[in-house]
Amino acid sequence: MTSPKAEVVTVTVDRSKCQGYGQCCFEADDVFHLDEDGKLVYIPESTAGRRADIERAADVCPMQAITVA
Amino acid sequence: MSVVIVGAGLGGLRSAESLRAAGYTGPITVVGDEPYLPYNRPPLSKDALAGGIDLAGLEFRRKATVDDVEWRLGSHAASASFADHTVTLADGTVLPFDGLVIASGIRPRRLPIQGPDQGRHVLRTADDAMGLRSLLTPGSHVVIMGAGFIGCETAATARQLGAEVAVVAIDAEPMIRPLGTELGAGMRRRHEAHGVHFHLGHSIDAFAGGDRIRSVSLSNGTELPADVVIEAVGSVANTEWLAGNGLDLTDGVLVDGSMRVATDLAPVVAVGDIARHPNALFGGIARRIEHWNMPTETGRRAGATLAALLAGGEPDGAPFTAMPSFWSDQYDYALQSFGMPGIADRIEVVDGDPDGPCIVEYHDSSGLVGVVGVDRTPDLIPYRKQLAARV
Repeated sequence: MTSPKAEVVTVTVDRSKCQGYGQCCFEADDVFHLDEDGKLVYIPESTAGRRADIERAADVCPMQAITVA
Repeated sequence: MSVVIVGAGLGGLRSAESLRAAGYTGPITVVGDEPYLPYNRPPLSKDALAGGIDLAGLEFRRKATVDDVEWRLGSHAASASFADHTVTLADGTVLPFDGLVIASGIRPRRLPIQGPDQGRHVLRTADDAMGLRSLLTPGSHVVIMGAGFIGCETAATARQLGAEVAVVAIDAEPMIRPLGTELGAGMRRRHEAHGVHFHLGHSIDAFAGGDRIRSVSLSNGTELPADVVIEAVGSVANTEWLAGNGLDLTDGVLVDGSMRVATDLAPVVAVGDIARHPNALFGGIARRIEHWNMPTETGRRAGATLAALLAGGEPDGAPFTAMPSFWSDQYDYALQSFGMPGIADRIEVVDGDPDGPCIVEYHDSSGLVGVVGVDRTPDLIPYRKQLAARV
């Protein structure tokens, strides 16, 4: 039996590392965006179908601040 | 069936991950000069230099798909024979391969300058940064050769640590090639406001001192006191081990848009700083691009290409269109760029002032080729979209 959690991709961003470069926003703009002040805003849970783009967003973070589970 | 990746930096890591993502399940061996697993280099001139080098904190997370990769760290690739499908390490070990990834990167350029060697430093590796860290002390005299990004970032960090900092460069302004004269001058004034002294339009003729450097002599006769010299005058591609295989090694390793190296002898790809690759967004001219995001972009493509070749197929022929991007933090200022500002012939400050937050556009006859923002990152997003639409 598959738990509902298996259908979810969880994103956490280490705020102490994030510098607001915004590179993640171009890989998954439905999950990550910069607000007017340049602060990163993100959606912590997405469906499994978004995993590839979200992992790519984590790959391109210059500060390696994004964890995907 | 086996793959050897020469280079254990970001490009080597991303190539391994991409091979797995593309369905290659055979053995992968990664050879790296340094004794460390792939780690993030940009902090070496910034926070990590200022605060101390925590290698565990700099190490890249590796995807579980590459858990079975064999890392041969502290090993130097001495030569390769594409005809024999082998890489030979400096200790004589011969590694056979079916597919090869060239990810051996670059090293700092060293200029032949007379005088003592003791006191001369470069900043490329974690070991370099660890060696420098204890020397950047309050009141120490630091002379930085070169006013590119590494030189300027290191100047800012050394100032923040209390060192007396002079930058010597033959260029007219710092970072002039990517940024242009106007923004380069604005960045110079920011540095000067923080106490950095620039000696532009000059080179270093000689180092003076007994067993170690105590001063440097410039081409205009100026003498500068120096406890530490940091050489940041560009880079050289690590291609020597590839000699004898009939490759174009003019400036790095020439590849096509799939990152494939032109040889009939073996399936070979190249990635990252060493790969002179065409980008269809910018006219398809092959260039080496030393930006942080390129090892990831070229590595993704190269892994897919190599997996296809090893499976007996053909690589994806779609043009390579990854967006070059760089950023640089100096003091509290954040520069960010998209595209290729360095190829522009017309530069315009379109918003703000080069001494403050600003946006600068870079054009050539084909239109907008790049954008740089200082403390304006969110406003660059539409520019990046415009640049991505160039194909």
